[in-house]
Amino acid sequence: MRSKTLFDKIWDQHEVAVLEDGSSVFYIDRHYLHEVTSPQAFAGLEKRGLPFFRPDQAVATMDHNIPTIGQANQVMGPESSLQVSRLQENCEKYGITLYGMTHPRNGIVHVIGPELGLTRPGMTIVCGDSHTSTHGAFGAIAFGIGTSEVEMVMASQCLLQRRPKTLRITVNGQLTAGVTSKDLILYIIARLGTGAGTGYFIEFSGEAIRGLSMESRMTVCNMAIEMGARGGLIAPDETTADYLKGREFSPSGNDWERALSHWRTLYSDEGAEFDREEQFNASDIPPMITWGTNPGEGIPVDGIIPVTDPKALAYMGIAGGDRLLGKKIDYVFLGSCTNGRIADLREFSALVKGRKKNPEVIVWIVPGSKQVEKQARDEGIEKILNDAGFELREPGCSACLAMNDDKVPAGKYCISTSNRNFEGRQGPGARTLLASPLTAAAAAVTGKVADPRTMIGSEEEDREA
Amino acid sequence: MSFEPLNLISSRVVPLLADNIDTDRIIPARFLKSVSSDGFGKNLFHDWRYRPDGTPDPEFILNKPEGRGQILLTGPNFGCGSSREHAAWALYQYGFRVIISSGFADIFRTNALNNGLLPLEVSLGQLQFLMETYHSNQNGTWTVDMESQLLIPATLAVTAFSEIPFAINPFRKQCLRTGSDVVDFLAGMKPQIAEYETHSLTR
Repeated sequence: MRSKTLFDKIWDQHEVAVLEDGSSVFYIDRHYLHEVTSPQAFAGLEKRGLPFFRPDQAVATMDHNIPTIGQANQVMGPESSLQVSRLQENCEKYGITLYGMTHPRNGIVHVIGPELGLTRPGMTIVCGDSHTSTHGAFGAIAFGIGTSEVEMVMASQCLLQRRPKTLRITVNGQLTAGVTSKDLILYIIARLGTGAGTGYFIEFSGEAIRGLSMESRMTVCNMAIEMGARGGLIAPDETTADYLKGREFSPSGNDWERALSHWRTLYSDEGAEFDREEQFNASDIPPMITWGTNPGEGIPVDGIIPVTDPKALAYMGIAGGDRLLGKKIDYVFLGSCTNGRIADLREFSALVKGRKKNPEVIVWIVPGSKQVEKQARDEGIEKILNDAGFELREPGCSACLAMNDDKVPAGKYCISTSNRNFEGRQGPGARTLLASPLTAAAAAVTGKVADPRTMIGSEEEDREA
Repeated sequence: MSFEPLNLISSRVVPLLADNIDTDRIIPARFLKSVSSDGFGKNLFHDWRYRPDGTPDPEFILNKPEGRGQILLTGPNFGCGSSREHAAWALYQYGFRVIISSGFADIFRTNALNNGLLPLEVSLGQLQFLMETYHSNQNGTWTVDMESQLLIPATLAVTAFSEIPFAINPFRKQCLRTGSDVVDFLAGMKPQIAEYETHSLTR
């Protein structure tokens, strides 16, 4: 038997047919939908007079367009309202489960899928959103698709796919104190570049990856797309099974045992060959921050801004040779499918506990889902945040792409735990610095770019006292 | 979305010679609120094309006479970032049919093909040559021939790159040349797909 990579195993298990030119008719187990990239696909299906082939395998949410305050009143512009009501109508018409804006399980699609146990090892998963790669953290082949492909999956539960090449990224050792999985992935993209993964599917492996929680693994896989890869996956293990056990739609009883025995086959064989391999040491990774206008333009938080990319330097209003450390910040955004989970809120609140929000910074704390919001309340995190002068908002994609009112004004600096810092991403002229929840917390209390490692020791001392 | 068959394009070239042009740049998020698949052409490259007060920036190429053409020439990693297919719609609805670059982001490449846009990939060296060719003859007519899979730039002399062959997957070529799409093809495979489902371990 030929040695196979995990990616090969899952791919081979999902090929319905292979065409003459080598493309696969590729089966999709799970189809996630949201309000922005689905309306034209539903319209296309209707125009062709085709049925929605497998509605039981589709799950929808509302996340991109919705406000993060006053959701119960549903006050939105007319276009946003129309998208939201259109999704509601389409889900009713075709019998698709929809977690609407005020539903207790609503949230960002890549947060609620895993929460509900709908994302599982060995699955193929798609959504009309590039950060679908997030679900790869469970050992799934998960990737983003455009609206035409959404229509293909609606009509046939399949896509036409060319098999990508494989890239294994191994991270040895352990992350050091104050350094998170967000810093790990920003470091890797800075080293390899934003186009390095184009044409590849990544497998993340190594001791440092094994040591991550599921939420931290999701952060890593979420940003695989930012280095151009279709997606990234991490082989499932006990951590994965522990996360999934008992979730609302996770298999149970005999089905759970059956699932577990399938998941135990999901690993790359010893001696499996990858088209490309890269290695990193976790101990080399510092807290990172981006200075430029693509996610690969990152440096250590205390590093020197390079002199490359004068256009990015001009847009960001910074100079090569300077440091970002100490720079005054106007906005902080904690949230998004990258870092909007309960672990991220815990990290942020642990650093700000006993401190106060800097009066000159506007801070948006947006939980990734209603369940995260509730858990933050139940665990006392909301109280810690309120005591420090912060407010918890309601879930949604929010300032990650600023489709709703959470926009950063032109020229203002925002430290953001999201995934993209393109020109105008958070609003025309907005200046985004991508970072971890810890670095975001450090900025939220100091009002500046600050190294979280200099601020986390004292909170441990407080606990011991 | 439906498109006109693509067989032979003869057009001036519109250059946008930047690398890593992302899909937020191609069509900003605030224009994704439409439930329609039409009307995106006017918002193509919006924040480069229009000033904050909404008036066209006369310095941006699309606002100049040389900005109307069917062929876009651009730098590597074109279409990176968000999966929004609206980027392909905006390019097509503006009037482009061919995009020439040394590299396309994966999701964008597929979106382009599904919307009658040819992502014509050349090597970095060829891209350099094509940029120089454009500068030496900005009003020249370039030809893209789908049948022979050749790009014929408007060179002023005979050179090694007078005709540049390009690769395209045969099935995709057929779809582009006939204006047909993949949805009906896949829907026609449902019996086979249902048979596959009977032994799936993960659905």
